[in-house]
Amino acid sequence: MKNGKRGKVVSYNKWGYIFLIPFIVVYLVFQFIPLITTVVNSLYENYRSGLTQIGPNFIGFENYVSILKNKDLWTYTQNTLIMWVMGFVPQILVSLLLGAWFSNPSLKLKGQRFFKTVIYLPNLIMASAFAMLFFTLFSDSGPINSILVQLGIFDQPFKFLSNIWSTRTLVALMNFLMWFGNTTILLMAGMMGVDTALFEAAEVDGATSSQVFFKITLPLLRPIMVYVMITSLIGGLQMFDVPQILTSGTGDPMRSTMTLIMYLNRHLFSKNYGMAGALSVLLFIVTGILSVIVYKMTNGKEE
Amino acid sequence: MKRKLLSVLLAATMVTGMLTGCGGTTEEQTGGQTPAESTSSAGNTEADAPAAGNEETPAADDAEAPAVGEGEGKVLNIYCWNDEFYRRVRDHYPGYTEVDTTHGTIGDVSVVWNITPNADNAYQNNLDETLLKQADAATDDKIDLFLIEADYALKYVDTEYTMPVADLGITESDLANQYQYTKDIVTDSNGVLKGVSWQGCPGVMFYSREVAKEVFGTDEPSEIQNYVKDWDTFNETAKTLKDAGYQIASSANDTYRVYSNNVTSKWVVDGKINIDANIMKWVEDSKALVDAGEIGTHTLWSDDWSKGFYPDGKVFAYFGPAWLVNFSMAADKEGSIGNLGGWAATEGPQGFFWGGTWICAAAGTDNASLIKDIMLQLTTNEEIMKGIVVKDDDFVNNKPAMNAMAEDASYSSKILGGQNPLAMYCAGVESLDLSNLSIYDQGCNEEFQNAMKNYFDGNTDLDGALDLFYKAVVEKYPELTY
Repeated sequence: MKNGKRGKVVSYNKWGYIFLIPFIVVYLVFQFIPLITTVVNSLYENYRSGLTQIGPNFIGFENYVSILKNKDLWTYTQNTLIMWVMGFVPQILVSLLLGAWFSNPSLKLKGQRFFKTVIYLPNLIMASAFAMLFFTLFSDSGPINSILVQLGIFDQPFKFLSNIWSTRTLVALMNFLMWFGNTTILLMAGMMGVDTALFEAAEVDGATSSQVFFKITLPLLRPIMVYVMITSLIGGLQMFDVPQILTSGTGDPMRSTMTLIMYLNRHLFSKNYGMAGALSVLLFIVTGILSVIVYKMTNGKEE
Repeated sequence: MKRKLLSVLLAATMVTGMLTGCGGTTEEQTGGQTPAESTSSAGNTEADAPAAGNEETPAADDAEAPAVGEGEGKVLNIYCWNDEFYRRVRDHYPGYTEVDTTHGTIGDVSVVWNITPNADNAYQNNLDETLLKQADAATDDKIDLFLIEADYALKYVDTEYTMPVADLGITESDLANQYQYTKDIVTDSNGVLKGVSWQGCPGVMFYSREVAKEVFGTDEPSEIQNYVKDWDTFNETAKTLKDAGYQIASSANDTYRVYSNNVTSKWVVDGKINIDANIMKWVEDSKALVDAGEIGTHTLWSDDWSKGFYPDGKVFAYFGPAWLVNFSMAADKEGSIGNLGGWAATEGPQGFFWGGTWICAAAGTDNASLIKDIMLQLTTNEEIMKGIVVKDDDFVNNKPAMNAMAEDASYSSKILGGQNPLAMYCAGVESLDLSNLSIYDQGCNEEFQNAMKNYFDGNTDLDGALDLFYKAVVEKYPELTY
């Protein structure tokens, strides 16, 4: 009798393990094993020239040395960060504004649901399709140029994609358009979590709406802001599809829009798993550090 | 504790179950390996046998009828990147029966078309992976026949993954009527011919008759040739055209092939990247033209590049082979220059070629005699080849046939305003010298044009652009130095 009871309790545990199996297996096969093989690959010289396989030969940290010695890596990091900042700053500003409007009950905004859907829509389009669209719109004889010329703003078509800053701006603009809806929804959730009693109290004390925003909403929003910022930075470091399609993989002009992952992708033409692996591991370390920061920030608060 | 053990055991059995699932298939594959190898070697010896027979009696016409050798594989796997070759086989190969767009039959052999588009190197990636596994694949899964393009031909030809056509039983005299350059491209470093093509793609310069009349007072090809007979004259003509409001060509990339087909050294010499003098001449000439506003810098096939297909684009000329003007220059669109028959052809400064598709037999195929027959029928049978010219407007790889048609006054091109350009193509194709190809051509040509666009656009100086080129090439081919 006693044994039977104990058996029942334990049998629930058994189900726990069984339900965990799919996750563990998927994790091992698609995340953990690739992670380990990437690290292992990064220690080998391993590429293909035409149909001739070269390697794998163990060369220790030589791949890391040649990547870190290469000045271009810093250029690509810089490119990535510049384009991320150019997209992130307007993104966070617009999102804050929209979030504040949407979550402010006294404004009684009509059609909130509609606008929330609309601002999220660009995120549903594939980034590559979006980049193709921009590529066509901003080509030398594209619609944007013909509008600008016909309005008399330019005498002759402006070569958007042959100019460093206009190309970077286009990439940033696309990232902004794609992600500000997502950020708005995150920030709004944070704002709605703020105790309404605080807003009411402030109002009773005669605070203006901008005072409420800067003195109450923003400080209480800090953990969410940090979260948004770090996740966006991690996403930004992995920026790939938009500049890749917009510049057909060249990162032109003069590789000023070449991001780290685009650089990684270039090694895959020759199936250069060694170099690409080393670059991935470096990126993994940076992203790992950033994740730890988020974890500390969000968890430290509760303690 | 016991229960814990039990659950761990359960979990372990489930995982092992999954893994054995994977293991099972590999076992099957390795199990299938032995018969695959034995049959393929058997196929090879059989391929040799009819080859020997053929040399003795080349006039054995009835030998052609049974295309399929006895005991050969029942599946013919063809790898290609579009439906061009598929349509040639369907329309012109005797005995091909269509099942659906990716399957057909020849006799009792079923033909499987494996079509992977070229975009983003997808075709080559797929082909590489399959070829590298060729030795271990089951007989019916092996690639039997695949197609290649000139830019990367040597990458495949210079390996043991392609079969010498002589091993299929095709003799030099069988191919005597083919243009030499089509053989040069698919000859490996030991001088062994590894593929054949049914088409030739000699290029000429297509210019707008209307612009020619306006600027030079004539649209007669022989007169216009005087204005573009060499690069110096070409560049001076560009100035005349610019003053009249036209660009001599849409993009600097248009003339690239003309220069790069006339080099005297290879892209890579002893593992070191080497830029030929004629390529540097392209850079120099193009930079001058671009700076003077006499030519654009658009990427080929972009919308900006295609503007000149219409009169409003203000472009004088394009460089290309017959297929360019026939199929790619909007001839079917109302209002385009081609639609109005407004182009004319002339040789231009130098001879060149663009495009073309070669047929290769994959080593390890079990359909050698069928492949031999397909190659012979499509690339040497004059009747079939004439049919291709008439039906598909191809320039076929057959000297007598093309020379005859060049003199045929009844053949004229509507797009070229009634001109018969074949004589020009024939002349251009004879002068081609392609002894300076290397396996790095595709990557080098692409990256060179990409890098130089930055120089032409004024984003960097020449050294910066060359640096960019070297960097990009070394990324693609890590074994090279500069």
